Amino acid sequence: MVNLTVNGKARMYDGDPDMPLLWYVRDDLRLTGTRFGCGAGLCGACTVHVNGQAVRSCQTKMSTLAGKTVLTIDALSANGALHPVQKAWVTHNVPQCGYCQSGQIMSAAALLKATPNPTDADIDRAMAGNICRCGTYQRIRAAIHTAAKERA
Amino acid sequence: MIIENISLNRRQFLGGILSTGAFVVASRLVPDELFAQAPASGAAVFNTKADTAALHPSVYLGIEPDGTVFIVTHRSEMGTGIRTSLPLVAADELDADWSRCRIEQGVGDPRYGDQNTDGSRSIRDFYDAFRVAGASAKSMLISAAATQLNVAASELTASNHEVVHAKSGKKVGYGALVPTAAKLPVPKKETLTYKPKTSWKFVGKERPIYDLNNIATGKAEFGLDVYREGMVFASVEHPPVVGGTVKSLDDKAALAVKGVSLTVTIDAPKPPLLFQTLGGVAVIGNSTWATFQGRKQLKVEWNDGPHASFTSEPFKAAMIAKVKQPAKPARNLGNVDAEFAKGGKILEALYYTPMAAHAAMEPPAAVADVRNGKAEIWCPTQNPQAVQETVGAALGIDKKNVVCHVTLLGGGFGRKSKPDYAAEAAILSKKLGKPVKVVWTREDDIHHDFYHAGAAVYHKAVVDAKGKPTAWLHRSVFQPIGSTFGAPGPMPFELDLGLNDVAYDVPNIRAENAGADAHVRIGWFRAVTNNFHAFAQHSFVDELAHAANRDSLEFMLDMLGPGKVIDLKAQGVDYSNYGADIAKYPVDSRRLRKVLEVAGEKSNWGKKKPGSGWGIGIAAHRSFNTYVASVVEVEVDAQGRVRIPRIDQVADPGVVINPDRVRSQLEGAAVMGAGLAMFGEITATNGRIDQKNFDGFRVARMNDAPVQVNVHFVESGNLPTGVGEPGVPPVIAALANAIYSATGKRIREMPFSKTKLV
Repeated sequence: MVNLTVNGKARMYDGDPDMPLLWYVRDDLRLTGTRFGCGAGLCGACTVHVNGQAVRSCQTKMSTLAGKTVLTIDALSANGALHPVQKAWVTHNVPQCGYCQSGQIMSAAALLKATPNPTDADIDRAMAGNICRCGTYQRIRAAIHTAAKERA
Repeated sequence: MIIENISLNRRQFLGGILSTGAFVVASRLVPDELFAQAPASGAAVFNTKADTAALHPSVYLGIEPDGTVFIVTHRSEMGTGIRTSLPLVAADELDADWSRCRIEQGVGDPRYGDQNTDGSRSIRDFYDAFRVAGASAKSMLISAAATQLNVAASELTASNHEVVHAKSGKKVGYGALVPTAAKLPVPKKETLTYKPKTSWKFVGKERPIYDLNNIATGKAEFGLDVYREGMVFASVEHPPVVGGTVKSLDDKAALAVKGVSLTVTIDAPKPPLLFQTLGGVAVIGNSTWATFQGRKQLKVEWNDGPHASFTSEPFKAAMIAKVKQPAKPARNLGNVDAEFAKGGKILEALYYTPMAAHAAMEPPAAVADVRNGKAEIWCPTQNPQAVQETVGAALGIDKKNVVCHVTLLGGGFGRKSKPDYAAEAAILSKKLGKPVKVVWTREDDIHHDFYHAGAAVYHKAVVDAKGKPTAWLHRSVFQPIGSTFGAPGPMPFELDLGLNDVAYDVPNIRAENAGADAHVRIGWFRAVTNNFHAFAQHSFVDELAHAANRDSLEFMLDMLGPGKVIDLKAQGVDYSNYGADIAKYPVDSRRLRKVLEVAGEKSNWGKKKPGSGWGIGIAAHRSFNTYVASVVEVEVDAQGRVRIPRIDQVADPGVVINPDRVRSQLEGAAVMGAGLAMFGEITATNGRIDQKNFDGFRVARMNDAPVQVNVHFVESGNLPTGVGEPGVPPVIAALANAIYSATGKRIREMPFSKTKLV
């Protein structure tokens, strides 16, 4: 039995302890904003926050989450107001197909929490784990700078 | 008798797929009825809100008395913005308030015309149809207002969801006019008038995509996000070699996995493969994870079949040997042999590109609910009519009994035109009598793709005193898409993409092609055979420029000559021209010259001298009726690592509908082109693909993508053409040319990362 908090709600999980958080939020909770891309921690599409840190939910076993707090893209914009990163994504028209963008946004939000004024090099380093096959990288970089300014 | 029937059905099926499913060249892409504006009577597969709206002058558009406008996009959204751009065209002609327009995604249904969202032709082929839809509705609303206000229609204008009578200052909202308008006949296309460019409110203006907020908040629904009541999950272990079959199966351990309920063996397909499932063993369970775990416990022995002989290294050597031998001419201008026989300076080069995978971020997935001889499918597909065909054939039911709902696509790039995954879900749902969701893993996706072909391309030229060719021979050998459809070699269009339509002005040109075995499923990947043809063609011209000690841009312009419409028919080519009318969309080398010239200006070409690890390269290519020039800058460090600080993309796609989305397509094409050139490689050993996931099949990440991509348009005022693909091919050659400029090393093989630069 694992007790955890997901998007502010207390949850009890008693299934396969090896099941990744990704499939718990998607199949069990139907929080589908978190995307399946590779299942191997290689693409970042499944990025969520656990205790405020960006993690790959496809590599995070349910057994490791006792007492932890999980935040997914579905609840990043609390109370209807977009998170500054989401706002910047809209301003820059970042998405093309949009599939990877949940993970990109969650990685960017975690980056700005740790590094409020990132340089291009900081951004490249923090975001290298998030693949965008449509190639929206330059807009992602620009949007992160915009979000950093808004937060400042 | 039965056998005859089956083969007839197969032929009919093949005919169906080839006419609606494949990358094709149909002469009538838009059915006449759409222009005639007669709403389809009772034939709809699925009624949209546009169909059931009080006023519905077109299958694409309907208006309710509350003023809400429903616009149907029948093309698939995989990142190009088409789901927004076509409705914008209709809304502009309608003079609608965009905030009162609702976009609906059309199901697969031939009444919409072609729905195969590939070939960069959605705008080219449906711009007119959506203008007609908007203009028809507006004309009816104005007529209704004339009746209601008792004034002449000629005194009325439309503006922002209202009809206005300027003389009296009276205004009537569109919604209030709907009941009267609905009683009027739909006007004939010939009677419609269209807004002049100066009055366009949406076309040519920046507009966010319809789904932007939903994407940013995670609410956007992709194929993987579909869950149906009573649904079970499935994951399929496919034969590791194409054409393989199950020899023996031990599923005891798989069935012991918690959540796994059963396994189902899916029959292997009979050739031609088309978009059929590859067959294999499906593990059924109550969650995606359970089925993945169950698969790991399967013990399957396979009969591999003949393609177990496929190993990339010897296959590559054989393709290279073959491309050096004379082959079947596909285009002949002048007399190449006579010119070569005269002697002179001869240059030759051979280029090679391996296979590549699409690797869209959303792996293939589909939900099917099959009961009572009818199938309902939800999936991310570029071609819902191919889903109808393929699922219908797999289940032995009429395609009219297949409803295909199209979700958003997490990328497509050509992979999701081929609905083998939907067929799997349908076969399993029929067997189990309940909704089934099939989810492919990334490993499944990379191992069982319809790959971008591997290719060898040979070039030979004899040049004059200024280094310009007087004769040009080029020849390609590649794994043909035709193989997937049972054709003996490449389908004609495969030769038309960058092989037959070389636009350089050389008096003697011969293009040749020889087929290669495919061994795996070959499909169309963004820009298709243009990628390797353009890489070779424009690298070779750069080689000629350097051999003559001339500036690459100046030489390319000289090679194009003053520019003209090139008559390929006179040179023996029945040019398919991407399915477009050659009279309206000719091969015009003046437009290639123009994008090259603008690229030179915008990139400051020639201002900075290459050296110290910095270099710059250029190439221009026409594909999908659109003209694009790319200028790539590179920095090569002491370890031989390549950084791309800047790419300039100059495009002439005719009328631009949504400039921001055109820019984003060309930005993305620069990233994908550079990534494919640098890293893209799929190989096989004994018929099995060697790469497993994004560690083995490398794609561009932020830290190796071009840092800055600038996009510029040439405002030619020509008919609008597509932009999804044409940005890719010139980037590949321009990058190779830039690396040569920086290092003096000529790369003739993709992926470029294989060549040591120091």
